[in-house]
Amino acid sequence: MTARTLRGVLALAAAAAALACQRETRRFRESPPAATSETAVAMSELVPGPKTRDLPIRNPYERNAYAVSEGERLFNAYNCSGCHSHGGGGIGPALMDDQWIYGSDPENIFSTIVEGRPNGMPTFRGKIPNYQVWQIVAYVRSLSGLLPKDIAPARDDHMVAGPEPQRTEALRPKHAFTPSAADHP
Amino acid sequence: MSQSVRFWWSGRAGVAALLLVAGISGCSGGGGARAEQRRPVGDTAVTAAPPAPSGPRATIPAEASAPEDGQWTRPARDYASTRYSALDQINAGNVAELRVAATFSTGVLRGQEAAPIVVNNTMYVITPFPNFVYALDLTQPGLPVKWTYKPKPMAAAQGVACCDVVNRGVVYADGKIILNTLDNHTIAVDAVTGHELWRTRVGDINLGESLTMAPLVVKDKVLVGNSGGEFGVRGWLTALDLNTGKLAWRAWGTGPDKDVLIGPRFHPFYAKDRGTDLGVSSWPGDMWKIGGAGAWGWISYDPALNLVYYGTSNPGPWNPAQRPGDNKWSITLFARDPETGEAVWAYQITPHDLHDYDGINESILLDVPWHGQTRHVLLRPERNGYLYMIDRGTGEVLYANPFGYINSTTGVDLRTGRLQYAADKEPELGKVVRDICPAAPGVKDWQPSSFSPRTGYLYIPHQNLCMDVESVEASYVAGTPFVGMNVKMKAGPGGHRGELTAWDPVAGKPAWVIKEDLPVWSGTVATGGDLVFYGTMDGWFKAIDARSGRELWRFKTGSGIIGQPVTYRGPDGKQYVAVLSGVGGWSGGIVAGDLDARDSSAALGFVNAMKDLRARSTKGGTLYVFALP
Repeated sequence: MTARTLRGVLALAAAAAALACQRETRRFRESPPAATSETAVAMSELVPGPKTRDLPIRNPYERNAYAVSEGERLFNAYNCSGCHSHGGGGIGPALMDDQWIYGSDPENIFSTIVEGRPNGMPTFRGKIPNYQVWQIVAYVRSLSGLLPKDIAPARDDHMVAGPEPQRTEALRPKHAFTPSAADHP
Repeated sequence: MSQSVRFWWSGRAGVAALLLVAGISGCSGGGGARAEQRRPVGDTAVTAAPPAPSGPRATIPAEASAPEDGQWTRPARDYASTRYSALDQINAGNVAELRVAATFSTGVLRGQEAAPIVVNNTMYVITPFPNFVYALDLTQPGLPVKWTYKPKPMAAAQGVACCDVVNRGVVYADGKIILNTLDNHTIAVDAVTGHELWRTRVGDINLGESLTMAPLVVKDKVLVGNSGGEFGVRGWLTALDLNTGKLAWRAWGTGPDKDVLIGPRFHPFYAKDRGTDLGVSSWPGDMWKIGGAGAWGWISYDPALNLVYYGTSNPGPWNPAQRPGDNKWSITLFARDPETGEAVWAYQITPHDLHDYDGINESILLDVPWHGQTRHVLLRPERNGYLYMIDRGTGEVLYANPFGYINSTTGVDLRTGRLQYAADKEPELGKVVRDICPAAPGVKDWQPSSFSPRTGYLYIPHQNLCMDVESVEASYVAGTPFVGMNVKMKAGPGGHRGELTAWDPVAGKPAWVIKEDLPVWSGTVATGGDLVFYGTMDGWFKAIDARSGRELWRFKTGSGIIGQPVTYRGPDGKQYVAVLSGVGGWSGGIVAGDLDARDSSAALGFVNAMKDLRARSTKGGTLYVFALP
């Protein structure tokens, strides 16, 4: 083996290790995308005048399996599951399908949790730390297969209710801004 | 659609043949129904039951009956809650001619559970949230709208409605229409003009409270109870002054005796229900403050005894390990003085609930020949699967016999009044307990029965469902669900999910049973024409022979039926039958709420049993009125 080949192998190994670290890492100090303001979230697809350039907000937890599993735990602990079940919905709408009343991007979901929505979604402003909201956001997106398969939760420890996020078919989100109070809680 | 009728005397071969037929056509859909004789659980005797009892039969107490004026002024029609009308123009001989006379769109596409009310040639219809009330002119062709009242409830209230944003009806009294809104307002509007007379806020969505029940007016009191057994509310029944809307009294469902309005007049029949402050001591710590026991169901009234009867909801959370004790006064039948609210007796039907067997079902007040004397009783087809016949003066249980398949309990000890649990069906933290029957909605949920004095039968619409459960720790966050149970429901024995049982109160057992593929989530109405009307969740509205259960007529409405049918005499002297069509409710949430059937636990596990509903019904909200040509 030449030194050159060895260097290449080592570089590859280092890159793999780095990626794996991100997937598995557990932070002691949380620095999620809290710096980006959720007030910049648009609630409409209709933008008057020339297009402005949106800077997409990245939720680093979507690359971290531990954070997503934390999101799953918190989803139950804060009673999200009381209304949305295991993604199929009930009192609140389903989260595992391709219909997104208030948007499917991480910042949309963050905003929905923090601000609440008029037809029954409570506002959790000041009740859940921001980093936990971002963890929940990552888990919510995993329910419809929007997270990489190696990040999404696999079989959970409870009674099997439906396909686990890791095996959920990835659904292309469709924005369905349906304001009718009577139709969509 | 083939339909076969079998009675006890047809013997085992007949039943076996029928089961074979049922097996072959089991999933044929289209609302196929089969009537057959059905043996109560645990009863091994094969006894003859004639199609209509010729011997002594149950009667409606005169003082609790309604005048036969062709009207329908409250959802249960009379104080005895019989939902019986003596109108007989439509009968077995001509019902096949029944056709649509008018329709009306309610403009709301959620579960339509209300009964249309008919008074002074006007029909009053309330919709699910946002709780529009329409007054329809019955004197004009096409039933034009006289007025519309929009109470404009808070949209956020939809987030605390456990099982669709339903409303079960308005009530007419003293020139007023009284309604409840989902966001906890009780409102009186002028029946002629639709103008608001008073509006009282009785609850708080931020405590998880909502209103879905139909109020009852007794004398000058409007009786209202809260929903929220899945949100850790503290339940109550409240009386408001009919003229002003001011709060007259509130009887809490849990807590110290002074809050529950238990005082010197309180004399429960059974020792288990006697003691001081049981509404506190039967709970761990302060759990009674978030212990449920709402009053979201039906209220009956006996003017002779001057007592109202109603039952309370499940305790919270569902996970029973978080609330050791009897959890009084959840799932308790109360008899109260309507003027003061004082409790006169109480009977806890299901102590320390394990499976969400709310006690909110209707009490039908009847006089029944029993062991040589006439007993003044109430009949309660309970969610736990037993039909209780209870002395309405004392609270003594005369019998508690199964009217569906039960394996979660083994019976009711009539000496102590205590329900006997089956140990192997008790939920355990982190363990999946399978095949618990009945499931959480019980053998029967809110959907009200009717009674015909002509046949002496009670016509009970109900389910045949079982479930798997896994209890998990529930965290209390005010205004959010407080359940702690993963649930998966499925069809019960036989594979059909619904039944309509004709119950003989004197014999204490079913006379016949109609099997329905889907849960029968609509009410029933019994008429002097010896017909019983009910609807199915795939939209069929049916008339059956009140004596035999034979189907005589059916009509396919636009959406599934979960409403309460009524019958009335129009200004033209003709008899009409009316019902709201529009699927939803707990059972129909998969359609009304666009739920995802891949998650079996959706809608508290009901979705698992209803995965085919989306192919069989779409959302709707339409009033149908039927008449003979």
